Amino acid sequence: MITYSFLQHYWWFLISLLAGILSFLLFVQGGQSMIFSLAKKEDERRLLVNVLGKKWEYTFTTLVTFGGAFFASFPLFYSTSFGGAYWVWMLILFCFTIQAVSYEYQNKPGRFFSTNTYRSFLFINGLLGTFLLGAAIATFFTGSEFSVNKQNIAEFGGQLSPVISQWENPLHGLEALFNVRNWLFGLAVFFLARTLAVLFFKNRLNNAEIQSRLQRALVMNAVPFLVFFLAFVFWTLFANGFAVKPGTNEVVLEPMKYMNNLIEMPVLLLLFLIGVVLVLYGIIKSYLNDSWRKGIWFAGAGTIITVTTLFLVAGYNNTAYYPSSVDMQSSLTIFNSSSSFFTLKIMSVVSLLIPFIAAYIFFAWRALEKTHTSIEEINEKDSHAY
Amino acid sequence: MELLDVSLVNWSRAQFALTAMYHWLFVPLTLGLGIIQAIMETIYVKTGKEEWKKTAKFWMTIFGINFAIGVATGIILEFQFGTNWSNYSWFVGDIFGAPLAIEGMLAFFMEATFISIMFFGWNKVSKGWHLAATWLTIAGATISALWILVANAWMQNPLGMEFNPTTVRNEMIDFWSILTSPIAINKFLHAVTSGWVLGAIFVAGVSAWYLIKKREVEFAKRSLKVASIFGLVSTLLIAYTGDGSAYHVAQKQPMKLAVMEGLYKGQEGTPLIVIGVVNPAKEKYNDDVEPVLVPLRIPKMLSFLGYRDFNAFVPGIADIIEGGYTTLKDTTKALSFEQKKTMGQTAITALKQYKEAEKTKDTTAMASHKAVLDANYKYFGYGYLDKPEDSIPNVPLIFYSFHLMVGLGFFFIALFAALLFFDYKKTLDKQKWLLWVTLFTIPLGYLAGELGWVVAEVGRQPWAIQDVLPVQAAISGIQTSSVQITFFLFLVLFTALLIAEVRIMLKQIRKGPAEE
Ligand code: HDD
Ligand code: HEM
Ligand code: HEM
Repeated sequence: MITYSFLQHYWWFLISLLAGILSFLLFVQGGQSMIFSLAKKEDERRLLVNVLGKKWEYTFTTLVTFGGAFFASFPLFYSTSFGGAYWVWMLILFCFTIQAVSYEYQNKPGRFFSTNTYRSFLFINGLLGTFLLGAAIATFFTGSEFSVNKQNIAEFGGQLSPVISQWENPLHGLEALFNVRNWLFGLAVFFLARTLAVLFFKNRLNNAEIQSRLQRALVMNAVPFLVFFLAFVFWTLFANGFAVKPGTNEVVLEPMKYMNNLIEMPVLLLLFLIGVVLVLYGIIKSYLNDSWRKGIWFAGAGTIITVTTLFLVAGYNNTAYYPSSVDMQSSLTIFNSSSSFFTLKIMSVVSLLIPFIAAYIFFAWRALEKTHTSIEEINEKDSHAY
Repeated sequence: MELLDVSLVNWSRAQFALTAMYHWLFVPLTLGLGIIQAIMETIYVKTGKEEWKKTAKFWMTIFGINFAIGVATGIILEFQFGTNWSNYSWFVGDIFGAPLAIEGMLAFFMEATFISIMFFGWNKVSKGWHLAATWLTIAGATISALWILVANAWMQNPLGMEFNPTTVRNEMIDFWSILTSPIAINKFLHAVTSGWVLGAIFVAGVSAWYLIKKREVEFAKRSLKVASIFGLVSTLLIAYTGDGSAYHVAQKQPMKLAVMEGLYKGQEGTPLIVIGVVNPAKEKYNDDVEPVLVPLRIPKMLSFLGYRDFNAFVPGIADIIEGGYTTLKDTTKALSFEQKKTMGQTAITALKQYKEAEKTKDTTAMASHKAVLDANYKYFGYGYLDKPEDSIPNVPLIFYSFHLMVGLGFFFIALFAALLFFDYKKTLDKQKWLLWVTLFTIPLGYLAGELGWVVAEVGRQPWAIQDVLPVQAAISGIQTSSVQITFFLFLVLFTALLIAEVRIMLKQIRKGPAEE
């Protein structure tokens, strides 16, 4: 039976999946943060830019779709978080805006800014885009300072501001940076993106010199990633979580809530472990076996599974996925923040097209990636090189 | 709760207008050039002539430069609904969010995927596949326009929804009627064809420049031919769909129509103003000062355009505020501003009482307040307005924007007709004056599109959602200073990117297709 609750769970699953795919695709950002360090010569930098340049649109579009899908399925999150944590989101937007032109413009005559300026735009996007997205997502577990009162809209007469969602901290989102756990996850996402980028380069490049630096780069990024990620995960599993009492819908703090969620939903526990093992397998085998190029697929799939599971843990099993630390009863759950039954139903019908979309993306990716990319290829006449 | 800050509303509006108008500098060229280059590549695949491939590839280079910045400005717009219009995002998100999500899923991925084949796939996929990818890229762009314009049309004419006082938002009840509303379809056609017009003007203008400089003559003639035919078709379509736009405005947003024409006191058989000057001496909507001076009029034309009847009554600004008239389409007596305001306040008060009753679980009181709310909901938004003047958009701005846009539309028709005529006579390269005019029409093409949005968007003020949600109730609870900072941030950033884009484009055009 298709019930309201089923659709709310289904859409939370889709949001979680999009978040997982986005995390994987952030390898583009990770790669951008390495243009200056991994490549030593101009030719090498161009090579990195060009292999990433064929993929950046996917990451960008996934981010846009993530936003659109969140808006349509959980509009109260959209209005509360974006309108409240204004500065964090604006900074994220800003660094994606500068990314979007940088590939196309960096080597064109008349470019106005220097090539290196465009590349530093890519670098900023790689650094801040990943870190801030991570920190923003961490607040799903650590909480934010907002209150929601829908009755506010019934204020009129030009006296009071009739705004439903109020942010209770004047820093409007930047206060998230005073929380260590948010930092841990932000840094974890940053280093994960770089780790995935190394594996992606390993898979795509045909260039002995860069290849020879990748093993070291892998360790340098994978180790901090694991440290930050595990620190965040264990801290979160043992921390208090925001639980919703069934029946009364009262939000209360529950010790080890997220751990309990994993235990009460063993499928998620299993998925989480599978995801983590896949990531580790991709990394470790790539490190041990110099000529093995498939690490990105294992680590990538693992990333998708792990992040999707983390999101599910935040939203399923009577948990408030966007908790308010100042007014707990304002916390958002997949029930009190979702669209109506009808809208979710319409959107679910549209979502049946997703496999079809995935299929043509797969086709296009395959068609363009029959060979590994080399410097000679991007210098060739008939290619649209950056 | 904080006090309402009027400057916050205005800065938020300014920021939205800034980013939307920048976005619209790039989107129409994508829509138009996309079709033109696809036509050129189709000719190449059909005839096998390499010069058509070269021609198509040149315009694709320009397309890529333009596309990147279109994407850069689009992402800001999308998230801005949340960051700056958070009340709005909740109040109508149930309906408004869906098109945005569908746009992402159905259109943006299509665009992003096939554009990579279009650019990188020349030697990697077959000719046929490549052509398909080129068409699918522009199909993706056009589908994205469809969904966003459905959303925009719905704001101008909310339908297919029901207000739910428990959740305090409008909920969708009829998706099909939203998607197929005649206003949405017309808006889609008008806005997309405006992109085609711009694409044609752009290609024609650049080709004219080559002809003036006597460079790339064969390439320029090929491009000009495609652009002129496509341009003439598009300009005729835009006049036709523009007429449809005005007709729908007359039905659904009579105030916008009155402001577009500077019409204060309506009459049967209202003339259409062709040229006029808004009288700055007019101070109040109900004084006796003539609103528009030195007008050149077409008798009874506005009645015909708005109601398809030369003798129809068209209400003016004062009529709409004072009420009491009837129209061909609506024979009940129109309400006055004060009556609507009273209904709006009644509705808002009923909502408040409903929420109070809800807390004590008093279901009978809830039901009676809901009945009052439902009966008055149609004018909910009027409860937030103060005086009648608040319901009048900026008259001179909209009047001039509208007349200039329409004037340009007819000028473009004449231009393309002339280009085709001399092309047919095979004397096009001798008509230096026409080539210069074509070149200098490029900025006018951009201007017409921007003016159209000014008419559409400024003309619906003070409404974010027509009659239901005015802008001051649509905002986010942030400081004005924050919005000022982001406004200037985007202004500087977008302007810098625009300069870069224009310079790169000019360099590329100067280089020409030969060295491609
Ligand atoms: C190249 C651009 C261009 C040209 C030549 C025209 N338009 Fe236009 N017009 C637009 C570009 C545009 C636009 C940017 O696409 C708008 C803004 C919103 C929309 O739907 O289309 C618009 C809006 C718009 C509106 C407001 C619609 C609304 O509020 O919903 C009207 C009444 C017209 N147009 C009418 C016309 C007429 C009678 C034209 C005569 C030939 C014309 N336009 C030419
Ligand atoms: C891309 C072309 C567009 C342009 C050039 C444009 C222009 C404008 C302008 C000038 C304003 C300011 C009006 C004022 O406050 O006086 C505005 C406001 C606004 N527009 Fe548009 N607009 C465009 C497209 C859209 C679309 C497609 C939507 C919705 C899907 C939209 C939604 C809004 C909203 C929500 C506001 C703020 C609230 C308001 O002022 O009404 N706009 N736009
Ligand atoms: C306020 C309303 C609008 C929003 C929120 C919006 C949002 C966006 C976003 C997020 C992108 C980047 C997509 C990507 O990831 O590739 C984009 C690009 C695009 N949008 Fe908009 N958009 C708006 C108005 C419009 C309008 C009115 C049209 C057309 C009629 C349009 C047509 C396009 C096209 C064709 C692109 C591709 C990039 C380009 O060619 O410039 N958009 N838009």
